Amino acid sequence: MFSEADIAALMLTLKLAGISTLVLILFGTPLAWWLAKSAWRFKFLIEALVALPLVLPPTVLGFYLLVAFSPQSSIGHLFESVVGQPLAFSFTGLVVGSVIYSLPFVIQPLQNAFIAVGRRPLEVAATLRASPSDRFFSVVVPLARPGFLSAAVLGFAHTLGEFGVVLMIGGNIPGETQVASIAIYEHVESMQLASAHWLSAALLLISFCLLVLVYAANPKARVLRL
Amino acid sequence: MGRITTYTTIYLLACLSAQLLCSTVFAAQVKVAVASNFASTAEVIVATYAELSDDKIVLLVGSTGKHTAQIQYGLPVDVFLAADSAMPSLLEDKGLVIDGSRQTYALGRLALWSKDPLLVDANGEVLKKSRFKRLAIANPKTAPYGHAAIQVLSNLGIQPSMVYGESVAQAFQFANSGGAEIALLALSQVIDLQRGSYWLVPSKLHSPIEQQLVILNDVQAARDFVHFLLSEQALSIMELHGYTRPATTSYTRPALNDNTAPAQIESTIK
Amino acid sequence: MSLELKLKLAHGNFELDIDQIFASQGVTAIYGPSGSGKTSVLRAIAGLDKSASGLIKFNNRIWQDGSKFIATHRRALAYVFQEPSLFEHLSVRANIEYGFKRVPLKQRVINSDDVIQALGISSLLDRDTQTLSGGEKQRVAIARALCSSPDLLLMDEPLSALDKRSKAEILPMLVALRDKLSIPIIYVSHSLNEVARLADHLVLMQQGRIIASGDIQSMLTQLDLSLAQGADAESLIDAVVAAHDEQFELTYLDSSLGRFSVLRRPLAIGEKVRLLIAARDVSITRQQQQDTSILNIFPATIEQIESVGAAQVTVRLNANNLPVLARLTKKSATLMNLAVGDSVYLQAKSVAIL
Repeated sequence: MFSEADIAALMLTLKLAGISTLVLILFGTPLAWWLAKSAWRFKFLIEALVALPLVLPPTVLGFYLLVAFSPQSSIGHLFESVVGQPLAFSFTGLVVGSVIYSLPFVIQPLQNAFIAVGRRPLEVAATLRASPSDRFFSVVVPLARPGFLSAAVLGFAHTLGEFGVVLMIGGNIPGETQVASIAIYEHVESMQLASAHWLSAALLLISFCLLVLVYAANPKARVLRL
Repeated sequence: MGRITTYTTIYLLACLSAQLLCSTVFAAQVKVAVASNFASTAEVIVATYAELSDDKIVLLVGSTGKHTAQIQYGLPVDVFLAADSAMPSLLEDKGLVIDGSRQTYALGRLALWSKDPLLVDANGEVLKKSRFKRLAIANPKTAPYGHAAIQVLSNLGIQPSMVYGESVAQAFQFANSGGAEIALLALSQVIDLQRGSYWLVPSKLHSPIEQQLVILNDVQAARDFVHFLLSEQALSIMELHGYTRPATTSYTRPALNDNTAPAQIESTIK
Repeated sequence: MSLELKLKLAHGNFELDIDQIFASQGVTAIYGPSGSGKTSVLRAIAGLDKSASGLIKFNNRIWQDGSKFIATHRRALAYVFQEPSLFEHLSVRANIEYGFKRVPLKQRVINSDDVIQALGISSLLDRDTQTLSGGEKQRVAIARALCSSPDLLLMDEPLSALDKRSKAEILPMLVALRDKLSIPIIYVSHSLNEVARLADHLVLMQQGRIIASGDIQSMLTQLDLSLAQGADAESLIDAVVAAHDEQFELTYLDSSLGRFSVLRRPLAIGEKVRLLIAARDVSITRQQQQDTSILNIFPATIEQIESVGAAQVTVRLNANNLPVLARLTKKSATLMNLAVGDSVYLQAKSVAIL
């Protein structure tokens, strides 16, 4: 059914998705909050930038990251001199790539959830002596909880399905950068179709369960009644 | 005086520990980038090698073009088993490979395959008679087997309607799914299939498909693996899987006991 | 307390420009038509509208001037919004405790149990906010605001979104809390009825400016203001319940005018009430009438006479230094030859108790 390498690829995929989701929530939350409340005239530029991975072929993103991560580039060089190991073809590099790639899937639900909270609860909290950070954690976060759940699950699921970026920057190193989608591709390329089937089915099942979770958590049924 | 003693001590300790690590717990790891078409053959060879050596061989499967690009951006592999000779030459020209390591490890053979057990005859007459709608081949621009397939067609003087797969694997899928009736594939893909019918295309109809290797990282374990890959044992495995052995193997194993020893220590201590 | 405001604000076509020192105690009502800038003033005081420029000084502490802006959460105020705006993710109890918890122990001068009692929400504490009625929600919101022990309570039309019954229920509670807690309140409203019951001071706004301000009695009876010119012009008199008449089923109320007789009400002796007398229910006689059915007759002096339309006049009377309005026909005023300075008697045909 699953070879050792397949299980390693699945576990690596889950680990990559988990860590990327964590990083995305940590860094995406302040960004989404800023996007939700900023009245900056050129905010749309940032919004467009964040949404770019939605429309960009993953290979484009992957190619730029490949170039940026290589030890010859300044980013790759800086990372290597600070951390001591190269960013390209490493798990850390995959996390960075996944975070960028899944950013809109986390930012947009969060931003929408923050906007849906509205300013009134925040004003009420301010008149009840809550400081801005207090307001964020005691009012915005609990009220935007479904948004956080959607963001986390979508970010996770989208990272699970990531292929093009990893293909470019991963290097398909078993146990290090060989995630499930790449392993499937490899199985198909080397004619191991049965293995490809099993691994694909596993990914399909996991992704479906995650999406079931998202839709179950947002039960506000929008039904067109005729 | 004291300094020299210290250095000597460190050197001796290093030699000792290297010896210990290599022979017992800490077998070296060799990362090998391998072309997709050669992956399943390579797995058998690696499994055989595992009975002879403690070194762990990790295979990174992918297309030769992608591997070539990634190696230029720092893909950490020790050996590259390419599907052609052009990409290893390119890396050699860029000075990224160990001098003199580039050589042919296998010659690819083309096969005309159909999933219809009766369609392909023993002489490949089906090609000339055009009793098919579409022929699947790998993209001649990027895949060496696609390039060879085009040579075959032009030597036979026929111009059938074709579909291109990104790789021979995709070309096989086209033929296997029925999207194309027949396909010009690598022999290694169809030799073990118990389905359909195939014709081994005579090698005189195309220039040789030389699959070449290069060593990128000068470590003993990499040299050892390459040495095994070119051994009689490995070459016979390749033949079983549909490859022809190269005319000569120019590669000779470097002596183990000369000045390569410090390099081995260095790599182990790292 | 003292609250000094010098504020300028422009939103599109709307311009706010006020310069006012607010009364230091009791309830100050900001009254005016919608769009006159009442809410803008309140939001600026709270620091919720940062585009307002100028000076806000509360109890000698500068909340805002050209160089300084104290954030809302550092201003010791509470705000009751038009809609209850309860935190949906918190229970009723947690809503009420939200502000309470954030006030340092020493500053918690208001007993939350008293407030909960006074607003009749003890039984709601463990409920989910979504299950409350509109009136219940607003009572919780008022309790939540009060439990943060504010030095100043801002209320923005807190009853306007409620149905009649809820209004009638909450208004007496507000009156009771006002008397009990002695927190200065700024109360924005466009309901004269609420203002008359609650306010001690009145600030009249129109088109972003304050056109008049003063204590509620004089403001209601100032003939040059719109309040005294409408058909429902009225006068406000503070009174205390003096006695009940068992025989005639009457209640006697003492005010600085004298003693009012009204149909018996279930009021405690000594309770403070407000009497509202509509100008059209007040008539004037030269002599004190003996043969009349009207019980509430008091001596007064004519202070001012103004025409209202073609057929009527409004007469402003001074009854023992309290202003009372009477609406008469021009014909009566002419026939009686009424003039400023005349001593007359006013007869109040009906009196409303608030």
